[in-house]
Amino acid sequence: MGKTLAQKLWEQHLVDRIRGRDLLYIDLHLVHELSPQAFGGLDIRGLPVRRPAATVATMDHNVPTGDRSAPLRDPLAAAQLDLLRRNCATHGVPLFGLGSHRQGIVHVLGPETGLTRPGITVACGDSHTATHGALGALAFGIGTSQVEQVLATQCLLVNPLRQLAVEVDGALPVGVTPKDLALTVVRLLGFGGATGYAVEYRGAAVRALSVEGRLTLCNMSAEAGARVGLIAPDDTTLAYVRERRFAPIDEAWREAERDWRALRTDGDAAFDRVVSLRADEIEPTVTWGTTPAMSVPVGGRVPKPEESPNGNQAEQALDYMGLVGGERIVDLRLDRVFIGSCTNSRIEDLRMAANVLDGRKVAHGVKAMVVPGSVPVKIQAEQEGLDEVFRRAGFEWREPGCSLCLGMNEDVAERGERIASTSNRNFEGRQGAGARTHLVSPAMAAAAAVTGHFVDVREV
Amino acid sequence: MEPVLWVRGRMMPLVRDDVDTDQIMPKQFLSRVERDGFGEFVFHEWRRDPEFVFNDPRFSGARILVAGSNFGSGSSREHAVWGLQQYGFDAVVAPSFSDIFTGNCAQAGVVPAVVPPELCRSLQAAAERDPDSGVELDLTTMRVMWTGGSGTFHLDDQVREVLLHGLDDVALVLGQLDVITQYERARPAWMPHLDVSVVPGAAVGPDAGTTP
Ligand code: SF4
Repeated sequence: MGKTLAQKLWEQHLVDRIRGRDLLYIDLHLVHELSPQAFGGLDIRGLPVRRPAATVATMDHNVPTGDRSAPLRDPLAAAQLDLLRRNCATHGVPLFGLGSHRQGIVHVLGPETGLTRPGITVACGDSHTATHGALGALAFGIGTSQVEQVLATQCLLVNPLRQLAVEVDGALPVGVTPKDLALTVVRLLGFGGATGYAVEYRGAAVRALSVEGRLTLCNMSAEAGARVGLIAPDDTTLAYVRERRFAPIDEAWREAERDWRALRTDGDAAFDRVVSLRADEIEPTVTWGTTPAMSVPVGGRVPKPEESPNGNQAEQALDYMGLVGGERIVDLRLDRVFIGSCTNSRIEDLRMAANVLDGRKVAHGVKAMVVPGSVPVKIQAEQEGLDEVFRRAGFEWREPGCSLCLGMNEDVAERGERIASTSNRNFEGRQGAGARTHLVSPAMAAAAAVTGHFVDVREV
Repeated sequence: MEPVLWVRGRMMPLVRDDVDTDQIMPKQFLSRVERDGFGEFVFHEWRRDPEFVFNDPRFSGARILVAGSNFGSGSSREHAVWGLQQYGFDAVVAPSFSDIFTGNCAQAGVVPAVVPPELCRSLQAAAERDPDSGVELDLTTMRVMWTGGSGTFHLDDQVREVLLHGLDDVALVLGQLDVITQYERARPAWMPHLDVSVVPGAAVGPDAGTTP
């Protein structure tokens, strides 16, 4: 019987079996400042990083996005960043830190540099590592202890995953974005509904996505609970990778291309589960609650507790969100708009938002900010004049990082504020204690910024 | 790590599904570079509510948290498990857990015991009725026993193996370095690899990345 793409990549990286678990080789290990305890563990054992050249660090979660010439105001953050610098220095790990012209969110940096490429395994101490699967890589989000494991051995002990196919046929309507597709898939699978699975996204609508759109889609696999999400590489993928700074060249490229073209699920492979949806039916989507699966089309209403499968939970969510149920989504007024995060901070996302904003102004009383995903994204956007479009509209144009996606740095929303956010999580307190997050696409966020409430971007 | 053969103690009921790690260990505590001292920050925001179960003195000293489905969802932060453990929990019982949280529990020696939703509700009810009554989870027999009933719980086979034998995954893998080296020799040339000395923009050293 045939095999799925995820199974093939798994087998190609299988080094050994140890006491019932598979030992997979990790080709690329991405590191950021939030796992200092992993380096600490190495030091206690007196071990080096096994392959510093296959390990790449950046600073994203805890970096300021304002003026970077001033010293960091938060002493804990400063100490954490310093420790990453020292750990990278001690172990010879390349670091694209603050001040580097490649610094950025780890899941933006990997694909954009060409370090993430088809057919490889990737590990990162972050649940959104599935993002890298957009290029046809097998990518795992891991905890701190496993970061230590990969640093020490370049391998990861894992349990086999079940195989789930998400088939998206048809074509996304005009004005409907990959983010709307991602939110719809999460609603369909349920929050945590793909736990234990590797998700392969397939079908005409997926093939039609740009690599950046695919990154957005794979990114939110984490919200369905999947550790791995991936898309088979094709011409679109290869064209994207080829232009990247650290992509293989010459003979290595030719060899790689041969390999990559063979990377696909066999026609007779069996998935454990198949979920199908039609792209034509997807609409611009807005979350109303405190899990990313609680979403409705923008033309809809916030559900009442009794309309939800889990009424208690819906009630808790509505209570936190300052809603009672029954409100029209377009009547929700906003205090803040955030465009950024590893879901939606790439150049196409910024173009999409700028396109809506061009010649318009942010509504009175709305605080709006854009945080590009990386320094290269920021530079390219500035070359295209997008920063001017954002600034003229009344957006703050900031330095790259995770920023308000998780509010670890000084970018924190206030209690009770209602936010349209292009990030991936609307958990309680995620963007600030008591802050109320609604997840949307960059186009929808821009439209909301201009009108001061949610609105169907196709009508703006 | 010490082998975990059984866990016993009093329960604390946390009646709520989809509890994510942002709630268990809010982001403001992830700046800490230590591995200990996280206990006091567990559910920091929810504990502001005097009604929250963590503020109920009847349950203080509980060693087993009985929670809802999809517990530990969201962020991979292992700090969430460290926090629960350092607060005093040896086990979390729930109808389901997120994958990464389950793995993180195994690494720390916390038991992520899976039970059917009805059994979970029975345990929560038992704790509510008599907070002083205890529960025992036996990892050898996979039985859960409490005053008033018993049943079986489920653990991922490998998580159980790690807990029962107190395995240290890093040490385990280090034992296979020969096999890994052999595997590495056969890697194709196009695999990602950064030569630090020739890569502009990357730096190694205390000033790493400070020059544009
Ligand atoms: S942008 Fe948000 S989701 Fe992405 S890595 Fe940063 S904190 Fe995590």
